[in-house]
Amino acid sequence: MSGLRRRFLAAEKTCVDTEINGETVRLDPSGVLYAPDQGLLVVSDLHLEKGAAFARRGALLPPYDTLATLQLLKAAVERHAPRAVLCLGDSFHDRRGAALMPPVFLEMLADLMRNRAWIWIAGNHDPEPPPQGLGGQSSAEAVIGRLVFRHEPTPGACPGEVAGHLHPVARVTGGGRGVRAACFAGDGERMVMPSFGVTTGGLNVLDKAFAGLFQEGAALAHVIGRERIYPIPFSSLSRG
Amino acid sequence: MNVLDRPPSPATASDILPPRFRAWFEAKGWAPRDHQLDLLARAEAGRSVLLIAPTGAGKTLAGFLPSLVSLARRKRAAPGTRPRGVHTLYVSPLKALAADIERNLQTPVDGIGLKISVETRTGDTSQVRRQRQKLKPPDILLTTPEQLALLIAAKDARDFFADLETVVFDELHSLVASKRGHLLALGLARLRRLAPGLKTVGLSATVSDPDELRAWLVPQVSMAETEEADEHGELVQPLSDLITVEGGAKPDISILASEARVPWQGHMARYAMPEIYEAIKAHKTTLLFVNTRSQAELLFQELWRINEDTLPIALHHGSLDLGQRKRVEAAMSRNELRAVVATSTLDLGIDWGDVDLVVHVGAPKGASRLAQRIGRANHRMDEPSKAILVPANRFEVMECQVALDANYLGHQDSPPMRAGCLDVLAQHVLGMAVAEPFRADDLFAEVCTALPYRDLDRPTFDQVIDFVATGGYALRVYEQYAKIRLTEDGTWRVTHPRIAQNYRMNAGTIIESETLSVRLIRRKTTSAIKRGGPVLGKIEENFLETLSPGDTFLFAGQVLAFQGIHEMECLVTKTQDDEAKVPYYGGSKFPLTTYLAAQVRAMLADPARWGALPDQVRDWLAIQSRKSAIPGADELLIETFPVGNRFFMVAYPFEGRLAHQTLGMLLTRRLERAGAKPLGFVATDYALSIWGRGDMGAMIASDRISLDALFDEDMLGDDLEAWMADSWMLKRSFRQCAVIAGLVPKRFPGQEKTGRQVTVSSDLVYDVLRAHEPDHVLLKATWADAATGLLDVARVSDLLARIRHHIRHQDLEEISPLAVPIMLEAGRERIDGEGSDELLSVAAEAALVEKALSEKNKFYSTKWT
Repeated sequence: MSGLRRRFLAAEKTCVDTEINGETVRLDPSGVLYAPDQGLLVVSDLHLEKGAAFARRGALLPPYDTLATLQLLKAAVERHAPRAVLCLGDSFHDRRGAALMPPVFLEMLADLMRNRAWIWIAGNHDPEPPPQGLGGQSSAEAVIGRLVFRHEPTPGACPGEVAGHLHPVARVTGGGRGVRAACFAGDGERMVMPSFGVTTGGLNVLDKAFAGLFQEGAALAHVIGRERIYPIPFSSLSRG
Repeated sequence: MNVLDRPPSPATASDILPPRFRAWFEAKGWAPRDHQLDLLARAEAGRSVLLIAPTGAGKTLAGFLPSLVSLARRKRAAPGTRPRGVHTLYVSPLKALAADIERNLQTPVDGIGLKISVETRTGDTSQVRRQRQKLKPPDILLTTPEQLALLIAAKDARDFFADLETVVFDELHSLVASKRGHLLALGLARLRRLAPGLKTVGLSATVSDPDELRAWLVPQVSMAETEEADEHGELVQPLSDLITVEGGAKPDISILASEARVPWQGHMARYAMPEIYEAIKAHKTTLLFVNTRSQAELLFQELWRINEDTLPIALHHGSLDLGQRKRVEAAMSRNELRAVVATSTLDLGIDWGDVDLVVHVGAPKGASRLAQRIGRANHRMDEPSKAILVPANRFEVMECQVALDANYLGHQDSPPMRAGCLDVLAQHVLGMAVAEPFRADDLFAEVCTALPYRDLDRPTFDQVIDFVATGGYALRVYEQYAKIRLTEDGTWRVTHPRIAQNYRMNAGTIIESETLSVRLIRRKTTSAIKRGGPVLGKIEENFLETLSPGDTFLFAGQVLAFQGIHEMECLVTKTQDDEAKVPYYGGSKFPLTTYLAAQVRAMLADPARWGALPDQVRDWLAIQSRKSAIPGADELLIETFPVGNRFFMVAYPFEGRLAHQTLGMLLTRRLERAGAKPLGFVATDYALSIWGRGDMGAMIASDRISLDALFDEDMLGDDLEAWMADSWMLKRSFRQCAVIAGLVPKRFPGQEKTGRQVTVSSDLVYDVLRAHEPDHVLLKATWADAATGLLDVARVSDLLARIRHHIRHQDLEEISPLAVPIMLEAGRERIDGEGSDELLSVAAEAALVEKALSEKNKFYSTKWT
């Protein structure tokens, strides 16, 4: 089964509730997070127009990544019907992405944004107050309830922070087999979200980039499987 | 000699050889050989010629003689005219071979006293020298297919090749069947346009179908544009002339008769080291051939372990540092070495000193390869070459025996030619736009003169152009980023100089597996890393991924400790260890050829022929026939038996690892549907083993699984399609096509991408493309690659047809002798089915249990909604 098809199937599976800094959040196997008390849907690292960003540099990669990512996001929005959507940075793969986005995709995005609040958090790929002319509010970070949203995780302890940027994946091995899958990484106090864009790669949560973010012994990877999300402690994961 | 192809007039030396040349031959005490004069006469008559001759027949001189004579007669260029372009272009598959020819040509050029400039142009040629060659082209230029692609894509290609008269293709048989050959064929088509009177000379070892090479050498006629047909209405295609020189003395080949026990499986032949060492001691210079780099490393290390006389034994393979390889080659030509352990990097005709023995460790996998490698010993064609085959396991004993028979029969089994690949065509189209603006009609006509693209249809060609221009997507959003654009005068032009620069950096069809340099440092400290150390060679990134710091492995003839990866280099330190902790398993990269496979089956089925085999192998087969059964020549034997808590099903099709791998994937899908709960499989050149949780033996016995249905040919329909689409092999194949076609760059200017980065993105790109544009030209190219090379679908299909109603099932209580080798085999395929979630679930449950039992409640709460 192709990775893309798996994403679409997983998006129909059961969500799991957990807490971050005392705030209840719902982890969706499509890769989004929903805070029911706030009616807030959070999605990270959409990397829209990644294909086009490569095309601008001479590698004419297929333009369908934006389409697939927006289709997945649409399904998530329809599922949770949020009052607000927060994009946690790197929403576009490069800084010209929003301005040069073909009209067909702009309309899809505008449909999603209609009748709800929309917050763009700035990322490292889109450091300017992002998507000009797309509407929504732009901000470097946002505090909502007991949670604080920013693109790059702050080194050291940071209770209540929800960040993206690192594209966490977990690897589980056993009996001579191995599975590598995207995950939400957290310790009950903070969370690093999986990347949502369909052509984005991933970084193992045991990589040194994650070191020091989570409380020793409490770090959990909520691994997105085919059937549901599996909470697995970092100590049971493998590198690679 | 082919009677039908008599030269225009019978040639004698005095007729056609200029006096200076005759004098040189006489002074050397030689007479020009018939085929050399014959080739000269045909070339003078303007003919293109294929020369098929064994090693040592003076093939190279024959190939160059027409050019030397023509250049000797050529008048000096008038002063003030533009410098002359290249007269003769020589293309070889190896740059080392080009360098070798440069040295060898100097002998007749100097000896005859000719004022002819001969130069090489390869990846190693300096920028300064390249520039000088452009300003003042040499008379004879020796180069490689990749360099030719760059030369014809240059702005000055017209002038550079305006005076070209002859192109000589060396080792043509080894070039034509690959993507490299496709690119070369397209390059030749372009050369014919730049120099319309062009003649070609093909030099080749014996091949099964010379007509393919003859057609390759001359312009072909597109189906649509000819009325010439034979009595069956088949198109008559132009062929070059053919000169065939019969083989020299029969080689003296033996199979090592070891006192030691021949192992069940494995590829290293450790058991035979003492005997191999004795053979080296008994000869002047020995070449030891193996099939993979890892085998070369191990053989080299094992030999040095017992090298009590400290004989000079060296190692040569493609991953080693260039400098080290060159030192080995130089020492070899000075006759300073007693033995060299080598992989296919030495397959082709580099002239070595006095090699008097070739040892082939592991089965040669194909009779042609064996003949070629044995030809490396003793470069005089009238003396027999001496060779020893060393089988690494018991099946290989049989394979060596039948290969030996085949070599005496002179059987050849080169791979069949296939239709030109579209990814290669895409690269060529961009290259031609980089050279100068082109009209689609003209380029299409030109491309169709190349044999691999003869039957290309225009819509496909237009699709390729569209792909090169804007990616060829139905969703047309990339017009603004086009690489080439149709201009008002009807020509296609590159849109930006950067496109040309990118093309030059990425040209060629050799996609190296992702590799990192291996650098030896003294210890793993910041200062030692800064100080650096020698680079030992290159190693595959996916092998490194399996290593943890401190792990030891074998490379460049020594046991090294892996220290980590730093700035795209693999850092290693020396160790005191004798044994590497991590074995590097490569298996054989050559699949067993169809012919040899059939011969092995025939030998196995005929106990009367077992007499040729060593006692221990014969006993092994005899026990097999008592405990289970020996399959008939057209029969497929299936054995089922339990081992531990798993049930195994082993089949013995003898069709090569690739075909077995494909079959394994297809069978496991079917077994999964039948409820046999397969868990994985492993394929070798000889057999296929599938294991699972269900008792497949009982299911077959009780007709819950029908073997005829299981092996029905319909598996090549939907099952194949469904599986192929998601197989990692297809993704790897897609990556190669994407790089060759220029979709994913090998390199961006000034920015080295690591192979890993390309792999990750190309997999995802593949998924996206397949979901949204399944008919894309690159997916077509990928499927064509996979069906021919990677998956051996044609062979699976032949196999299924062959064994229909000839399946013999043996339900056993325990493992059979014949099954032992495959049960010990490494490198298993796992089925990506239900299992992956099971693994996650187990890990999550284990964590829950631990939490329940632990005193401190470490994990925060989770509840399911």
